[in-house]
Parts: sequence; C-alpha cells; structure tokens
Amino acid sequence: MTEKKVIRTPFDPAEIKSLRSGEIVYLTGRIFTARDQAHILMLRDGIPKNLETKRLAVYHCGPIAKQELGKWRILSAGPTTSMRMESLESDFLELSGALAVIGKGGMGPRTLESLKKLGAVYLSITGGVGVTAMKQLGPVKAVHFLEELGPVEAVWEFDAIELGPLVVTMDTHGHSLHENVAADTRSNLERVLDRA
Amino acid sequence: MKSSKSDADMLGMKEELAKALGEAVVRIPPNVRVSLQSAFSRETSQLAKLHLRAILDNIELAGDEALPVCEDTGIQTIFVDAGRNFPHLGELLRIIPEAVELATLSGPLRPNTVNPLTGKNYGNNLGPNAPAINLSIVDGDTATIHLLPKGGGSEQLSALWMLPPADGIKGLKREVLSHIQKAGGRPCPPVIVGIGIGGSADTCLKLAKRSLLRPLGTPNPDEDAAALERELLESINKLGVGPMGMGGSTTALAVNIETAPRHPATFPIGLVMQCWCHRHVTLRIGSDGRVKD
Repeated sequence: MTEKKVIRTPFDPAEIKSLRSGEIVYLTGRIFTARDQAHILMLRDGIPKNLETKRLAVYHCGPIAKQELGKWRILSAGPTTSMRMESLESDFLELSGALAVIGKGGMGPRTLESLKKLGAVYLSITGGVGVTAMKQLGPVKAVHFLEELGPVEAVWEFDAIELGPLVVTMDTHGHSLHENVAADTRSNLERVLDRA
Repeated sequence: MKSSKSDADMLGMKEELAKALGEAVVRIPPNVRVSLQSAFSRETSQLAKLHLRAILDNIELAGDEALPVCEDTGIQTIFVDAGRNFPHLGELLRIIPEAVELATLSGPLRPNTVNPLTGKNYGNNLGPNAPAINLSIVDGDTATIHLLPKGGGSEQLSALWMLPPADGIKGLKREVLSHIQKAGGRPCPPVIVGIGIGGSADTCLKLAKRSLLRPLGTPNPDEDAAALERELLESINKLGVGPMGMGGSTTALAVNIETAPRHPATFPIGLVMQCWCHRHVTLRIGSDGRVKD
C-alpha cells in the first residue's frame, strides 16, 4: 500500500496540473458546496464578498443539515450528480477561480474543455458515502444563501480533512476517464447486442 | 373520514411510522449488503474495488452512528397492501403524510419535495400528491407497509418505451442495454434494475417500481420472466460500466421483472433504476392497530 496523496486548498496550480486521470487523492482544506441553484444564483449576482472561492474546490453536494440548539449539524453529505451542472460549470469556474470540481458521475465535453483552459480538475467521490464524507468535512464553517435557497441548495463551507478517496477522472490535459469508460462500454454494448 | 372507536388503537402509530421512515435511511437491508460484499470479492479492477470498499465502509459507519447512509433520503415512496378486513385503513392513510412530516422536521429525512413549477421546497417532504402512496387491497385483516425512500439521481434515469410489438423481446433488450450503457455512473451503480413489461404506460412503470420490493436474488415465479431476468443481468454486467461507472464487472446486482398482460398492438416497457443504496423497510400492522413482530 502506497502512502495517501493529499492535495491541499488553496491549491498550487502547478500541483493541480500535475494530476493525471486515474490518480487517487485526498483533499484537505477549505471547500464549499454548490448545486445547480447556487451556480445559477452566483452566475447572476456574483460571488458573495465573504465567500472565498479562488483556488478552492467546489463540491456538488446538498447535505442533510439540521439545526440543533441554534447550530447547524450535518448528518450526511455525499455527492450529487454533477452532470446537472454541465451547462453552468464552465462559466462558474471562470467566475470563481476554483481549481477543482468534486462530484459524482463525471461531466461532459464543455466542462472538460474548460478544465483544460483553466487548469482545473474534476474529482470523483463515491456516490452515497454520506456519513464518511460528513466526518471528513467536519463542522460547518459558514453558510450562504440559506434564506434564498434553503438548506439543501445553500452554499456550505467546510475545512475538510483528507476528504476521499477521490479519483481524478477529468484532468487539465483533456483526459476524461468517463469518456474512456464510455468508449469501452459502447463497444461492449455492440458485442452484447450482436449476440442477443 | 369519520374516526371510529377502533382508530384509538392507532394511537402512537404516527411516531412508529416516523421512526421506521428514519430507520429506513440509516440501515441497508442485509441481502443488499451481502450482494455488495460479494461484488467486492469478485471485482478485480482497482477503481471498482475502491468504490465498493468506500460503499461498504460507509454502510457500516452509517449503521454505527445511526445516520443516513446517503444524504439523498429520497422521495418517500410507500406501498400499502391492506387486507380487505383491515379495520384502520382510513386512519392509516391519514397518518402516513403526518409521519413523513415528523420524520423530516424531527427526524433525519432531508426535505426533498419542491414545487414542480417554481422549485420552491415544501420543507416537509409533502405537497400535492406527496408522499406517493400505492394502495393495494389484498386478503386478510392486516396491513403491510413498504417504505422505499428513492433517491433522485437514480430516479432521473427512469424510462418508458412503447415499442412496436414486432420488435418484441429483442427490442426490449436493445433499449434496456443501450439505456444502461448511456446512463453510465449517473444512477450510482451497482444498480438494481426494475422492469415492468406490459399493461399500459402507467402500469408498466408502477410494476417496475414495485419490483424493487422483491428481495435481491428472488426470481420472478414465471419461468419465462425469470429467464429474461437472468439473461438481462448477465448482459448488463458484460457492459463494463462497473461501480460508479468507472469500469468493472458489477453494473447491476439484480434485474427484477414484473409483468401484466398487454394489448396486442402495444408493447409497454417501464424501467426504474435503484442506486446501490437500496433502502427498504417493511412494517406489518395487525387488526388491533399494533405493529407486528
């Protein structure tokens, strides 16, 4: 077993560029959540002044957040389907300066192009690992747009400690593991259908 | 509905149901866990193993901490099989939405229902026509309640095909396999594939959803349907989508088919995907209004 590779926010752009599709990493440092509604809102109104996004990671996640004695407690915080943000992500990366997108299921050609242009990566976290991720994210550091968007779509900030394992599935060099697997499964499909 | 004297028997049922709704999102049924474990032993690819390990560790952690396995606690999908002599049906149907609200406001459920037009969250997992209650009348004097919290990521990949009947089973295989290939990692594989064949457009989708209640590894009692389940499962797992869509030999844990007679001019096929996080709790209520077992 080799040692865990930990990447830290705010990212060193050179380190992000050095990551290759298929590599496994863990993330330590400040990250923030955003689903489609938060993307749309920030693209319309801009990033709030008190939300740091540059060289950080945006996490596609709508946690279960419950208020206990006036404090927010996160019960579960796994990833949501990233493809929902495909039409928004390239503009959001430009706006926010974030250098990593964390989510599940991968993203499409538009995002892949923009990752290449901006020197950013897409990191896949296993879908449904809500409690594991909640523990790695730790306590809530701040929350934005709670009034406008409600607790699921709001932007939550965390100081993650070794969030992962994360698989680099889209890198800064235009490689997408999702595209590679799709090419394999397409040819497998033809073989299976020929036999059916 | 006028409440009868016997409805007093149902006192505390709202709390019992809310507790079960909360339990359902915390614990994965043992047969699903076993199936995921054997997938882990079978897989040889590093990434397939990585995801299955993460899934199994998280299931254990969630159980230990009594916290929701997945943050998407889904849309509450409820099946009520009520005996024709079960005396508390009206009361039970009244209590279910209240229990859903309680499990959301004071329990672990994430508020997931939003107005379909405005997107505004109802905050309590209710709203017009929610929760979805599928009612069947069966023999006997008890009621069986199946709770199936169904996540949005996998539900979004549901499908309906009204195939030309001439395409037949061959057409079914083509559509189902192509659909699962295209879906890739989005429904959180390994999935359970529910397929309803026949009936009408609405019936086949209802059958597909209902088929998810059947325990993994239990085939359809009809031999033709069971053979199709086996063949489809084998073919799906040859696609190589794998856990979380990163390659591997486990794309589906099971294919469950339910059927209904079709009009000869139609060939309806409904497909529902269930993510690996297959949460399902069954409760039985006796004629005395108490939870059995």
